[in-house]
Parts: sequence; C-alpha cells; structure tokens
Amino acid sequence: MRARIVGDWTLAHYAALRREVQRLRARIDERSQIELSGLGALDTAGAGLLVELLGPERIAAIEAWAPQLPAERLALLRTVATALDQPDAAEPPRGYEFGDVLAHIGRTVAAVWKQQRALLGFIGLTLQTLLLTLPRPRRWRLTSLAVHIEQTGLDAVPIVALLTFLVGAVVAFLGATVLADFGATIYTVNLVGFSFLREFGVLLAAILLAGRSASAFAAQIGSMKSNEEVDAIRTLGLSPIELLVLPRVLAMLITLPILTFVGMLSGIAGGLVVCVLALDISPTMFFTIMARDIAVSHFLVGLGKAPVFAFIIAVIGCLEGFKVSGSAQSVGEHTTSSVVQAIFMVILLDAIAALFFMEMGW
Amino acid sequence: MTSDDALIQVRGLVNRFGSQTVHDGLDLDIRRGEILGVVGGSGTGKSVLLRSIVGLRRPNEGSVSVFGENLLELSAERRSQVERRFGVLFQRGALFTSLNLQENVALPLIEHAGLERRDAEHLARLKLALAGLPANAACKYPDELSGGMVKRAALARALALDPEVLFLDEPTAGLDPIGAAAFDQLILTLRDALGLSVFLVTHDLDTLYTICDRVAVLSRKRVLVADRLEVVEATDDAWIRDYFHGPRGRAAQQAADLQEN
Repeated sequence: MRARIVGDWTLAHYAALRREVQRLRARIDERSQIELSGLGALDTAGAGLLVELLGPERIAAIEAWAPQLPAERLALLRTVATALDQPDAAEPPRGYEFGDVLAHIGRTVAAVWKQQRALLGFIGLTLQTLLLTLPRPRRWRLTSLAVHIEQTGLDAVPIVALLTFLVGAVVAFLGATVLADFGATIYTVNLVGFSFLREFGVLLAAILLAGRSASAFAAQIGSMKSNEEVDAIRTLGLSPIELLVLPRVLAMLITLPILTFVGMLSGIAGGLVVCVLALDISPTMFFTIMARDIAVSHFLVGLGKAPVFAFIIAVIGCLEGFKVSGSAQSVGEHTTSSVVQAIFMVILLDAIAALFFMEMGW
Repeated sequence: MTSDDALIQVRGLVNRFGSQTVHDGLDLDIRRGEILGVVGGSGTGKSVLLRSIVGLRRPNEGSVSVFGENLLELSAERRSQVERRFGVLFQRGALFTSLNLQENVALPLIEHAGLERRDAEHLARLKLALAGLPANAACKYPDELSGGMVKRAALARALALDPEVLFLDEPTAGLDPIGAAAFDQLILTLRDALGLSVFLVTHDLDTLYTICDRVAVLSRKRVLVADRLEVVEATDDAWIRDYFHGPRGRAAQQAADLQEN
C-alpha cells in the first residue's frame, strides 16, 4: 500500500485528522510506502498524529525514507516519537457505582471516627503543652497572646453586640406576640432575661467566634503549613503547639467569656428597647422584674459554658490548620471544615449542657 | 533563523510599587524566532517585566506592543485572541489544583482549539510526554507531584496550543541537570520546527550558553545590554563581569564550548 501525506497537519484540523489516523492505522504496515513530500504545515499536534499513524520505529528511521524533509521537521518528529515511545500507563480501574457508593460511605464513617480521635489527641497535646509551659513564665508568648486577644476579642465586639441586640429585640417581639393572647406580656421581660443569660448570650457569641476565629486560625496555620513554616518551626527545635496553638487557645479562653457578657447585656438591651417602645413597660419596671425573678445562677450557668466552647472552637480551628497538606485548595477545604465542625460541636455541647443543667435543677 | 522584525516591543516601561521603582524607562525587543534569555540579580524585576509583557500588570508608564498591538487597549475578545498566541510558564507552575495533569493541559485545547474532550486529552498526553513526564503521571493531581514534575506539566500546558511566543519564568530551576538539559533541547527543537519565539527568564548559566540567541541583562532599572552572548560578556560592567566570569559562569562556558567541539 502507498500512502501520500499531504496538507496541513496542525491543531486546527486535529479532530478530523485523528479520525482518519485511527481508520488508516491498521492498514499501514512495514511494507507500506509513505510519501511526505506534500506535507504542509506541521505542529506538535500533527507530529503526534503522524507518529501514531506510522509508528515510532518508522519515524526513528525517517532519514532513510524521507531524506528531503528539512532538518527541523526531522528533529520535531523524532522528539515526538521518542516521547511517545514508552509503555502506555494502565488505565485507572473503572469502579462500579454501587460499590463506589458503599466505599464512599465507609470512608466517610472512618474519617469521622479518625477525626474525633485526632481531636481528642490534639486536645491532650495542647493541655500537656499548656501544663509544661505554665511554670515557665519566660516561655509565655505574651505579645502573640495580646495580638490574638485583639483579633478574636476586641475586633469582634461590634458584631457580637449588634447581633445579640437584634436577636434580643426579635425574642421580645415573639414573646410579646405569643404572651399577649394570655394577657401576660409582662413575662416578656422574664423570657428575654432567661434566654439571654442561660443560652443566647453564650451561644450567639460562640457561633460568631466559630465562624470568625476558627476559620481564621485554620487559614493562618494552614497557610503556614503549606508554606512549610510549621516544619521550619520544628526543625528550629521549637514546638508549633507552644508557638501557634497556645496563644490562640488562651486568647479564646479570655475573650469568649467577655464577649458572652457583652452579648448578654446587649441582648437584654434589645429586649428592653422593645419593651419600652412597644409594650409600655418602663425601664424601672423591667429591671425590677429582672432583679426579682431571675436568679444569678442563670447568669453563671450561661457564663460557665463560655470557656468550654472557647477551648473547643480554638482547638478545632488549630487542628484543621495543621491538617492542611500542600495545596492552596486544601487550605480552603480545611477552613470550611473548621467552621462546620466548630459550630456543630458548640451546638452539640450546648444541648448536652442544657440537659445536664435541667436534670440538676440549676 | 533569526530575522530582525520585532514581535514584541517594550518602550519606556516604568513600573513602580509604592515608592520603589523597579523599571525606569526600560526598552526591549523580542524578535521572531529567537530565544531571548533575560538575566539579572534578584529583585531586578525580571518576573515583573514578564508580567507587564503578557498584560497581567499595567505598567505605570510606557508601552508594550505585542504583534503590533497594545494588549491593554484591546477589547476583551480581541485580547483573548492575542493571548492564545502566548504560552506562559509561571515560576511555580501555577497548575490548577482541582484538575489532574491531562485535564490541566486539555483545558486550553477544549476552550480555544474547540477539540472534544476525548481528543483533547489524547493530545494532552502527547504534550505531557513531550515535556518528559511518564505516561502514568497524566491522571495525577498537582499536589501529588514533585516540584520538577510540576514544572514539566506546566510547560506542557504552556505548549498546549503551540504558541508563537513562549514565556518561561525560570523553567529549569528545581530540575535535575539531566532534566534541565533535556528541557533546553526540547525548547530548541520546538523553536526550530515551529519558529517559536522564547522569552526566557533564568538563572541557569548552562541554559544561557546552550540555547539563547540573545541575552538581555536587567540592571539599574533598565536593560543594560541585549545582544549575542559574546557581546554581553565583553560589556564593561561590574555586575556582568561577576556574573559571567565568576566561577560558575566560567564552568558553564567551558561546558558549552566542549559540547560544540
């Protein structure tokens, strides 16, 4: 068989040429005569197809049967032939759908279990480092602590105050609407007081910090990890937990209770504004009822949860940061994951605490 | 091979970052079919120059004309057509992390050459092989690869559309000497066969001596000299002397001489 190769073998005609090549490949063997004299433009895409059509061996010996070809084309064809002349990689095995779904479920469950173990381990490591550092004031990172207190605490005051204020007003409105049917609008005061002291103050502050600071911790430590800075800290003989985690955890432990207190005050203020403007309850009356009906224990129950939430939020944020591997995409994934986990853990712990306090009658 | 018509003309380029001036009245031509090596100390703005030429950075003053047109003044559609004639290899590869290697290379082929996915990935595997990657790397993701392999894959993506101008930002940094030599050879072969022009930012003296037609030296905020290597070497300037006649420069020169004889 004789084959004459003519025209432009370029990327622009790749699809059509490739179909021709697949059709003709089987019909070309060692005895076929090939003529390249009519060949027009040639680029790497076309050269690749020519190599596929004629086979790498024939291209390797191209000088013998196509001596008229310019040297640079010879070099291109040879380079492409050498590149293509290697064993084809095995196609990745095609999974089957049902099995893949099962495997995926299995992997996810295993990952949840592994994650919880990692979290417990990390909590242990953090506490251990904290205990080792406490008796040595020279190793306290006060500058870093102050920076994180500012970033997680002071900077979050406006948003926490505004949000709890608005939720306080909403709760008061809801209470007023429902209680009005019973002629008991005065109990709106109790509703706002109870809900904010026991639950909403701490919960809203914690959820906001979970979104704000857990993500920041994960992103900060994650980008350090992907930039090998964490490894650099280790090789300098320093402890990343002591340098990076402790200041963040301690800052959260200090700021979340304060933010909780801010949240309680401003939530109650929101309720107060609604009571004064919409329900004709005077501020004096509002505070008299608060002082008479609401024991200080409710405040303590609310505030007592703050350090626990703070610890878990900070630890989850830092742990997700350390789990980042290499790529920038991984930083994003772990940042998202840190927020989801932190909010989940906060609400879970809050539910457990509510049950516990109820059973205890506190 | 080298003809004198300038494909890219940089005139009076000024780039400032805040109060720091990186380029001040820089002129440079890139001619059709040549391999232009750009050298300069750290922080002399080699990468900034590259970014200004491909239109990623708007220079504070001056003009950059590419194929006779100013990229920054073109309409979006026209600009995209011009950019298709570029291939850019970034310093750290800049592969898309969410795509595997063959998808990375196939992306421009699908978007611009209008190939179907199957054809595009077939061609992408050829480009990866050309860049010196083994066949089993095609389905790997960038974060599973070493730095050198990322570089090769990025070269394969830069070559995907057989561009007319290839911009390479330190292509051989992080490659082993064998890989770097093969890389140089590949660039040379492609230039000869396809008439590419290559803008090559490099610190690799071997690359300079082996494949560059002209060398431009960036120093003191402008192009000090841009000419054949012999002329550049002979230029009377302290930095150039240290660069080309220091121990590494001499070794690379001898190696290149040996190769030629």
